[in-house]
Amino acid sequence: MTTRHESEIEYVTATVGGQLFGAPIARVLDVFAPTRLTRVPLAPPEVAGVLNLRGRIMTAICMRRRLGLPPRENEEKCMALGIERDGEAYGLLVDSVGEVLKLPFADRDAVPVNLQPSWARVATGVHRLEGRILVVLDVDRCLERRSESLAA
Amino acid sequence: MIGRAMNDLLQDFLTEAHESLDVVDVELVRFEQEPNNADLLGRIFRLVHTIKGTCGFLGLPRLEALTHAAETLMGKFRDGMPVTQDAVSLILAVIDRIKEILAELERSQSEPGGDDDDLIRELESTASDASGAGKNVGTLVYQVLERPLRPGEVPLDELERAFREAPGPSPAEEERRANTERRDDERREAAHRAPTLRVHVETLERLMTMVSELVLTRNQLLEIMRRSDNPELNAPFQRLSNITGELQEGVMKTRMQPIGNAWAKLPRIVRDLSAELGKKIELVMQGEDTELDRQLLEFVKDPLTHMVRNSADHGIEPPDERRAAGKPEAGTIRLSAFHEGGHVIIEISDDGRGLDAPRIRARAVRLGLVSESDAVKLSDAQTFRFIFTPGFTTATEVTSVSGRGVGMDVVKSNIDQIGGTIDIKSATGQGTSLRIKIPLTLAIVSALIVEAAGDRFAIPQIAVVELVNVNGDGEHKVERINDATVLRLREQLLPVVHLNALLKLPAPVNVDDEHFVVVMQVGSRRFGIAVDQVLHTEEIVVKPISTMLRGITVFSGNTILGDGSVIMILDPNGVAGALGVNSESSAPHEAVAERAASEESDSLVSLLVFRAGSSEPKAVPISLVTRIEEIDARRIELSNGRHVVQYRDSLMPLLPINASVEVRSEGMQPLLVFIDKERSMGLVVDEILDIVKDELEIKVGSRTPGVLGSAIINGRATEIIDVAHYLPLAFEDWLHRAEIGDETLTRRLLLVDDSSFFRNMLAPVLKAAGYEVKAVGSGVEALTVLERDLRFDFVICDIEMPGMDGFELAERLRADPRTEHLPLIALSSHHSPAMVERGHEAGFGKFVAKFDRDGLLSILKERQVSWARAA
Repeated sequence: MTTRHESEIEYVTATVGGQLFGAPIARVLDVFAPTRLTRVPLAPPEVAGVLNLRGRIMTAICMRRRLGLPPRENEEKCMALGIERDGEAYGLLVDSVGEVLKLPFADRDAVPVNLQPSWARVATGVHRLEGRILVVLDVDRCLERRSESLAA
Repeated sequence: MIGRAMNDLLQDFLTEAHESLDVVDVELVRFEQEPNNADLLGRIFRLVHTIKGTCGFLGLPRLEALTHAAETLMGKFRDGMPVTQDAVSLILAVIDRIKEILAELERSQSEPGGDDDDLIRELESTASDASGAGKNVGTLVYQVLERPLRPGEVPLDELERAFREAPGPSPAEEERRANTERRDDERREAAHRAPTLRVHVETLERLMTMVSELVLTRNQLLEIMRRSDNPELNAPFQRLSNITGELQEGVMKTRMQPIGNAWAKLPRIVRDLSAELGKKIELVMQGEDTELDRQLLEFVKDPLTHMVRNSADHGIEPPDERRAAGKPEAGTIRLSAFHEGGHVIIEISDDGRGLDAPRIRARAVRLGLVSESDAVKLSDAQTFRFIFTPGFTTATEVTSVSGRGVGMDVVKSNIDQIGGTIDIKSATGQGTSLRIKIPLTLAIVSALIVEAAGDRFAIPQIAVVELVNVNGDGEHKVERINDATVLRLREQLLPVVHLNALLKLPAPVNVDDEHFVVVMQVGSRRFGIAVDQVLHTEEIVVKPISTMLRGITVFSGNTILGDGSVIMILDPNGVAGALGVNSESSAPHEAVAERAASEESDSLVSLLVFRAGSSEPKAVPISLVTRIEEIDARRIELSNGRHVVQYRDSLMPLLPINASVEVRSEGMQPLLVFIDKERSMGLVVDEILDIVKDELEIKVGSRTPGVLGSAIINGRATEIIDVAHYLPLAFEDWLHRAEIGDETLTRRLLLVDDSSFFRNMLAPVLKAAGYEVKAVGSGVEALTVLERDLRFDFVICDIEMPGMDGFELAERLRADPRTEHLPLIALSSHHSPAMVERGHEAGFGKFVAKFDRDGLLSILKERQVSWARAA
């Protein structure tokens, strides 16, 4: 990779509970509206279920539950970011997906120290945008068991 | 320094050398027993020679010197030197050393330093001793060390030449080389072996994944086709479907390996063990060609080795003890493998002292696994399962072989991991037998799709024993003891848990509503899982669950159904664990049930119950049914006035089971598919009802064609269908069916046939004709049975069997004064006058064609008349 690439990062933006998040575009393989989610009994609370995306089984993580937010009013109407880790497919369920933003790396600020631990866990930094703040998501951390990451 | 081509060559050499050495191991042990077998020696010699040649070429002096010395000694054998156990042990020691060097070579890419003078010296002296010229050992050592490794001594085979002539081997040359090499080295085998090609396992794995995806996509398309109505799509979809099926089968086949591969090391191990333990042990292996998925093979390899070791160490007694017990001095360990209803069965049995139930019980109490008062209530079958507990050993002293407390628990966990089951049977003084049942492949399994709280789940068929319909006022009721639910089923009490409760799903609104109990068996433990509905069975492609979900032990994977939705697969072992039925201490009532189950397990038959035509249930032994299918009725075609369907790349005839069953023209048509070798046939039924395990005792014979008679199954009068009746209807070349005799003299028959299909076909017919039948799969088994129990009136025996054939069995029976008068009837698929002649010489009174049940029954009847006269 060259420095030219590193100087700017493209984010897929999404909102969860009114907050704007950004996931590095390199990690987002898909953006889709999840259908036919199968719930998994005995699963950790943040696992919303499993679903079939073009023949592949994906584990769906509810970002609201991951962040300790109240459940979505309309469970049906949500979007998902498809990501992969160690050959396994995961979908992060968010309220909505917005545009792709290209932001200079240098503008990225550290995570504020007073951010709630459950939020700080999954954030790698913040960007100050006009009128609002974008929280940069660490997608791998989103896949850690919530109880594990709290204990850590 | 080593170039790429050289590196590849070294890699090839290592792979081939490992394979060759495994063969040499086995062949040497055989050779020791058959020292006059020149073919065998020739084969061993050639393999060692090839290794030597390649070593010389690759510049591996240590290996070359070692193989050369071994080859020289084997040359002496060929020239007539007597084959001694010491000499064979020496060569085996050389093989071990070669393996050590190869391992180091593989690790470091170069031959390790050091020398093998010790072994070479011994080899040389053994070789010269035999030649009789009392040469000085010292001179020989000198000779060996002094002699330069002359490359000219190594005959340059095609491999070397091809390599020298070309800068690097091109694929075409590789191929040619492989062929010519084989011609040179294994001329005999080459005659009946097609050219082969090495393919990396990863490539096959990837292919398998892709095929699984294709199967899923096909299933999804099928679902869409069902909903839409576009006849234009039918033909291409049909074709796609067929090709997918073929491809799936083809790729599965490439992953299949004969189980003999996992057994290759066993003869050597048993040989070494018998020497070490001072016992005489014969290892009999049957069904080496039985194939299973290579992934599974890896899982069973170590457990098998361990169990054989256990048998040799704990099972087989020392010769003097055996003699005192009136047994032959040499003990026998039998390994056999065969396919049964989509599973592979592996049996390891010995004729040793058997498991010591009281001792195991005492040990279990000492380890705190069970209380003293509970222990006495345990059946033997339950007690035996303690040996699967980690750290459990009853061996009083730790030998180098076993008794270290590692083992059977590992065996069990390996078998568990691949969704298999393991059962033990043992009788004091008579031996122990372990039976392992594993799926043919891990990737695609047959599963029961059930529903609980509106969600669907898959239960692997391998663990399902039967389905029980439970309704408020029916015969089967779920009862309550405080909070625990139990099901009364044929004098047994089964613990039952509702799937909703197990999975912490919302409880059903009305628990007394009609629902089903899936009776599952894990090891010897049975339990019931109550579900709201049983939907259907489906071949599912098992996908691993993600790391996030891996902690949930009740699921073994997930899968995509034909309609595109994802469902979770229940893990029978995990479910048993969650229920606590795995803990070896159990309630007394369960112990009683267990005992009852183990006592009658021999006479229990798994039956498929279905409805066809009338409301009266019908049943057929499930071991006869190859598959239960539901096909789209639109796929059924009419050809020559007969119903046929394209099934697994051929046309399968469909037969309604009786005149009142109509072949459907729309919707789904349930079928019972029977496959025997090349032929397949589908029996059209109305509805599949149940799978039950029950005693198959035909109470009333029948004169209706296609019906063997009626039996009480699950408390209801059920017609038992005679599959053999339909086979000739579907194929003219199957012989015609006989009327069943209605004599009810209880005579005991021993039926010996290696084909489970025929055993299963003949046994019910003979039972229906009033005989008591014991069916066994081989001559050796027949002898074992007769050893214990002589009360048979007839032995009916197949002629063509692997291992001990019918003639040999007959000769053995004739040679033994206890069995010489036993009437023998030969079954044969074709019999020439010469064969009949040989049969009479061997002691067969009668010859009957395999499908001629008329003939068989009339011969039996004749004999009975003569008995009646004699009486």
